[in-house]
Amino acid sequence: MSKLQATEEQLAYAKLLDLGMKFGLLTLVVTFIVYVFGIFTPHIPVEELPNYWKLPVKEYLKVLNIHTGWSWIGSVGKGDFLNFIPIVFLAGVTILCYIRIIPILFRKKDTIYAVLAIVEVLVLVLAASGVLKAGGH
Amino acid sequence: MKLLSFAALIIALCLISSSVFASSDVVAPVSPVAGESGMPWWAWPLILFIVTFLMGIVAVLGGVGGGVLFVPIIGGFFPFHIDFVRGAGLLVALAGALAAGPGLLKKGMADLRLAIPVAVIASACAIVGAMIGLALPANIVNIALGGTILGIVAIMLMAKKSEYPDVKQADNLSSALRISGVYHEVSTGQDINWKIHRTPQGLATFIIIGVMAGMFGLGAGWANVPVLNLMMGAPLKVSVATSKFLLSITDTSAAWIYVNNGAVLPMLVVPSIIGIMLGSIVGVRILAKTKPAAIRYIVIFMLLFAGSRALLKGLGIWN
Repeated sequence: MSKLQATEEQLAYAKLLDLGMKFGLLTLVVTFIVYVFGIFTPHIPVEELPNYWKLPVKEYLKVLNIHTGWSWIGSVGKGDFLNFIPIVFLAGVTILCYIRIIPILFRKKDTIYAVLAIVEVLVLVLAASGVLKAGGH
Repeated sequence: MKLLSFAALIIALCLISSSVFASSDVVAPVSPVAGESGMPWWAWPLILFIVTFLMGIVAVLGGVGGGVLFVPIIGGFFPFHIDFVRGAGLLVALAGALAAGPGLLKKGMADLRLAIPVAVIASACAIVGAMIGLALPANIVNIALGGTILGIVAIMLMAKKSEYPDVKQADNLSSALRISGVYHEVSTGQDINWKIHRTPQGLATFIIIGVMAGMFGLGAGWANVPVLNLMMGAPLKVSVATSKFLLSITDTSAAWIYVNNGAVLPMLVVPSIIGIMLGSIVGVRILAKTKPAAIRYIVIFMLLFAGSRALLKGLGIWN
């Protein structure tokens, strides 16, 4: 499997994914160090975490008065929420990769795949939007 | 590799040394007792890091994804609620897939034309699965998870693999989508032309796979590979590589649902990601030298044990 059979869009996707993945993982480590060393005070003191990580998520959110969706941005100065920056970046890098290949697919007149890529972006953006809420239990 | 090794060292040091900082009131002073176990708060994340590191090694040697081991084992034997374990499990599987994706795509092993239509279906269904999973009570999730893991054990024991499935004729849908390829097989020196069949059936199966991936946070390589290889007829290497890449898309959509619904705790996620990725790297190095046959059976036994644990926990028999 050594021959390069990758298409232009495949290589473009791979290049951006590589960059995004490395940036995301590096940032993840940095923000975690900031969190654990208490450089920014976290919303939940680390010593108290064992009291909360055993709770169902609905109860955890209610007890700690944490709002869902993108509301974490308002608390990004807190050590624990700071870690959401690399987490959402890693979750978002695929969207960027798809956006990157859409013009290539259109240029190659690969309309079906261009449309599929647009649909995928819409699916992922819908998931990322925070509009979809899971029911309680 | 160096970056990850450094990261691992930093995380381990952080978790140990931060107990000193924590007790010196860098953060708000609170009860120092860490839950029912009486262990300091940093002990569980440190154990999690070590266990996921070992899990990463075993997963590579056993030929499974880390995600499928992560959720039942961490969910069954750690004090974290299954909601957070599934969120972390998805991010662990996602990070592994993101790391592997570029290399697989550049070498032409993972096929974007095969992945894109499958990904649209699987990722949309993973959203549904994630929403169902977060809406269900923990005991129901554990029962379903246990049943699924035991099903995966059965698949691992019974499913055959086919290096080069015999696809006599591509079906109409795959022909219209131009899903086919050529790769050079180093071991035989041959150029292998491949095409697929039963595309509609395969795509329909990914509805179920997507829902299960989102619901349990397992990753889905255990299901992707048999469907791509045995049902749709893609060569084994193409199936494995495309499956791994596919997880980076499927798990992305489900991960967003967990993130947006608050089911992500950085204290679980980061040690797990770094631990399992580092373990995978070590596993690949060991694999290059030797592949103990017993490892696969150890993985099957671990899954059997963890799956039974989840099932019994859900039924209230073993809490």
